Amino acid sequence: MYTEKLLDHFKNPRNMGRIENPDGIGKVGNPVCGDVMWIYIKVKDNRIEDIKFETFGCGAAIATSSVITELAKGKTIEEAEKITNKDVIDVLEGLPPLKKHCSLLAEEGLHAAIEDYRKKQNSQK
Amino acid sequence: MVYLDYNATTPCLPEVVEEMKRWHTELFFNPSSIYSPSQEVKKVVEDARKKIAGFLDALPEEIIFTSGGTESANIALTGSAFAMKDKGNHIITSSIEHHAVLNTCKFLEKQFGFRVTYLPVDRYGIIDPEDVKKALTEKTILISIMAANNEIGTIEPIEEIGKIAKESGITFHCDGVQVAGKIPVSVKKLNVDFFSISAHKFYGPKGIGALYIRKGTRFKPIMHGGHQEKGLRPGTENVPGIIGMAKACEISKNLMAEDASREKILRDELENNLVEKIPEIQINGHPEKRLYNTLNLCVKYVEGESMLLHLDFEGICASSGSACTSGSLEPSHVLLALGIPPEVAHGSLRFSLGRANTMADIEKTCEVLPKIVENLRKMSPFWDKK
Repeated sequence: MYTEKLLDHFKNPRNMGRIENPDGIGKVGNPVCGDVMWIYIKVKDNRIEDIKFETFGCGAAIATSSVITELAKGKTIEEAEKITNKDVIDVLEGLPPLKKHCSLLAEEGLHAAIEDYRKKQNSQK
Repeated sequence: MVYLDYNATTPCLPEVVEEMKRWHTELFFNPSSIYSPSQEVKKVVEDARKKIAGFLDALPEEIIFTSGGTESANIALTGSAFAMKDKGNHIITSSIEHHAVLNTCKFLEKQFGFRVTYLPVDRYGIIDPEDVKKALTEKTILISIMAANNEIGTIEPIEEIGKIAKESGITFHCDGVQVAGKIPVSVKKLNVDFFSISAHKFYGPKGIGALYIRKGTRFKPIMHGGHQEKGLRPGTENVPGIIGMAKACEISKNLMAEDASREKILRDELENNLVEKIPEIQINGHPEKRLYNTLNLCVKYVEGESMLLHLDFEGICASSGSACTSGSLEPSHVLLALGIPPEVAHGSLRFSLGRANTMADIEKTCEVLPKIVENLRKMSPFWDKK
């Protein structure tokens, strides 16, 4: 039911872990639903210099976390904001319909981290 | 490969397959036909019925053949509800039944206006016979309780519930899919009116099962067709399947005691080792009143499917709840009924052992799983923040 690409990201997740003192953190999902994603970003000169994730969830949740961090790394904030769940599914070469929400969660997680970063920026001004 | 999912299905024994072969080929005849080769087939089907009846301590005329456990439960519930709808419209079942029973109850509720009481269970998954008694109303026509739960292995007090049903004159269906072939069954002793079994759960072929219908029990056929199975379940008999199931019953009868003592040792070893090696896990199901082959546990802060995938990479086949549950997003209804919080229920694993398992299988699992859990917990945002 999972593509080889997905299984590869699940087996060897990229950017797994946490960033101490991140510039932004996005916490999405709900343990009651079985999927929680925390996305940490470090931003330098408006660019996502580093990004990491921590995820509690199924194979698809872990793989989509891994993919979203790969897609966002090195991008400007504006570019990263344009990343959607569809981009994640494309990289994975497909996702079972029942697991589509995992890709949405990854998108939300990244966007929440960017929002958090913006909030912090504004409060420093 | 290490196969630890025998509650999902078992391999069909080579001697069963061998026995079935010629009934597909040279002895293909329809048992309903008049010519002598057919009569021979008919006789063999009836011999198989006798064997299966003996296996359950029933009379041959009380056994009908079905396509498996799901069909047996479906026709038992629907067939008796339809037959007794003049008498009442209330059904009692439990909240931890297999979906074959639960969804049939929901169908009867939605489509035909029956009322269904879903009894709660205690934290071990035991149904209190007193609760069955209290749920009885003047309108109650049917009780359906499983003999043992497929996910957690808890064994229910069927004999006591059967006694209550008998005393109150209420029809009682018992889903016996997980006990048949694992523990000896006497439908007489259990006081049940219907008993469902499935051959592929005890080393028989898939696509064949049986339903015990106690003599005199009211029942309407759900499928309509020819005269086969006294018109109660028409359709040309699955002759190879029937013969295979009878053979599997015979073998199980002989090996049951041996299986029980061997698998219990292995299961206990697995349980004790995992409890020792993995922090923050909990065992689900009753400590003693539990199928000897079943181990269900929750690993906190980790999700079940990700553990199953990693186990699969290591060549270990297990499940999370029932196979039917793993295709959905909801945590197991059985674990939720035990009062386990959803976030913990998501981290469930079920190991169900069988005849081919060895101590080496257990050792491998105990070596591999703790590492998998450790790695997934490193990834989990909850693990070191608690």
